[in-house]
Amino acid sequence: MIAIDNLKMQFGSEEILKGISTVFEQGKTNLIIGQSGSGKSVMLKCLIGLLKPVAGSISYHNKPTNEMNLVQQRILREEIGMLFQGGALFDSMTIEENIMFPLRMFSEQSRPKMISRVNEVLNRVNLDGVNNKFPGEISGGMQKRVSIARAIVNNPKYLFCDEPNSGLDPKTATVIDNLIQKITHENDITTIVVTHDMNSVMEIGERINFLKNGILVWKGTQEEIFKTNNQDVTDFVYSSNLFKKIRDVQNKNI
Amino acid sequence: MKYLEDIGSYFLMLRRTFSGFTKGDVLRELIFKEIDDLVMSSLGIVSFIGFFVGGVITLQTALNLTDPIIPKELVAFATRQSIILEFAPTFISIIMAGKVGSFITSSIGSMRVTEQIDALEVMGINSLNYLVFPKVIALLTYPFLIAIAMFLGIFGGLIAGVYGGFVSLDEFIRGLQEDFIPFHLVYAFVKTYVFAFILATVPAWHGYYMKGGALEVGKASTKSFVWTSVLIIFANYIITQLLLS
Ligand SMILES: Nc1ncnc2c1ncn2[C@@H]1O[C@H](COP(=O)(O)OP(=O)(O)OP(=O)(O)O)[C@@H](O)[C@H]1O
Ligand SMILES: [Mg+2]
Repeated sequence: MIAIDNLKMQFGSEEILKGISTVFEQGKTNLIIGQSGSGKSVMLKCLIGLLKPVAGSISYHNKPTNEMNLVQQRILREEIGMLFQGGALFDSMTIEENIMFPLRMFSEQSRPKMISRVNEVLNRVNLDGVNNKFPGEISGGMQKRVSIARAIVNNPKYLFCDEPNSGLDPKTATVIDNLIQKITHENDITTIVVTHDMNSVMEIGERINFLKNGILVWKGTQEEIFKTNNQDVTDFVYSSNLFKKIRDVQNKNI
Repeated sequence: MKYLEDIGSYFLMLRRTFSGFTKGDVLRELIFKEIDDLVMSSLGIVSFIGFFVGGVITLQTALNLTDPIIPKELVAFATRQSIILEFAPTFISIIMAGKVGSFITSSIGSMRVTEQIDALEVMGINSLNYLVFPKVIALLTYPFLIAIAMFLGIFGGLIAGVYGGFVSLDEFIRGLQEDFIPFHLVYAFVKTYVFAFILATVPAWHGYYMKGGALEVGKASTKSFVWTSVLIIFANYIITQLLLS
């Protein structure tokens, strides 16, 4: 469980996050949705400590991060898996080395053991036989899947995904969404997924936080998001023609 | 004001580079890779420039010393002095600021813009130690390149002088041995170590703290080359003042 209280972030005089409070539950896929530029990535970076918020607190299992000592911070970092919006694969390393990297850093396993773990996670993201390629030699969608593999290889307790399925075809996107949800349930971890894809909301939106211009304007579940009267949320949900049509069909049937 | 801030952040960077160490076996691997990327890969260009510039120095000296009272040995003497004192350590380092320096800036800079540095930090790795420390250690082998430049420079001078018919082999060898002061070599290699440290850290700073996208990576490399060479020239002046006067 991760709780944030009155989280504020600004760059220069520009306020990006304007006092956000919410709770991300353990064993659930927690979504952060909102338009481009609403501050989703910035919020995620504050949560994982890459950006230092100007105000507010972040607690991992009721322990505020600013009260942790260096050892506790280090342990926490080892428990975090992060998928960056752009993948952030190390382009000087092969796919295998990329995924093995967290294992090499944090465990004392033998090389064959690490390689078999790498192959296991590669298989989970539906990628086989790319071990010795470099990130520049595989497609964008494949890079994304490799980043997910790297994020989960060390069995994190907290999984952060910044747009895990942007740039993926609908079928692979669904596979990835389901994979994230499955890992979350199986390992009972706290997962936070940033997305602006309504399909993901449909697939894995167990808890949804809607961000607009740095303000948390709505919180709820998958069922609730299609029933709410909040104008900002409905604008976002029904900005896609597909969802508009589904709504219209439903309304006719009623 | 901006400059003071930059200087401050440079020294903070150094402090973080030499603390929070990455796992030993990973670090060792990185150091060997950097030796390969930074030093070994420059062997060809340094040898080429060393040999031909050495030859040119000898030619120029010989062509300008036409007075018959001046002993021919002086050609070799002048070649040796200019190569050991300035040409090999300083001139080659400026070239390396362009080659190695912009490589360091652009590789670290592109890791910055593609969030690879963030990825390291999220994993709890001190990215400065991980990225910069191996480069500093790898460049401890940099004097090896300069020694090769010295040797090939003098050899190039010998070839140009002797085969160009300006001096005899005997005269050239005698000139090389004339008034040799071993401390000049000490001076040259002290300089080289200082330049090596500048070469590793100043471009790293430019890459690490850059902001923006791919275009800015290019701009940062250019800026890094300018500053690295300025600092090398400046350090050269200070060290010469301190050690030779
Ligand atoms: N390092 C930074 N320095 C200055 N401003 C920044 C920085 N990072 C983000 N911003 C600004 O913060 C705002 C929110 O950016 P953010 O990346 O969080 O958007 P987002 O919701 O993730 O959008 P997208 O869906 O397009 O990824 C933007 O206006 C952006 O310009
Ligand atoms: Mg984003």
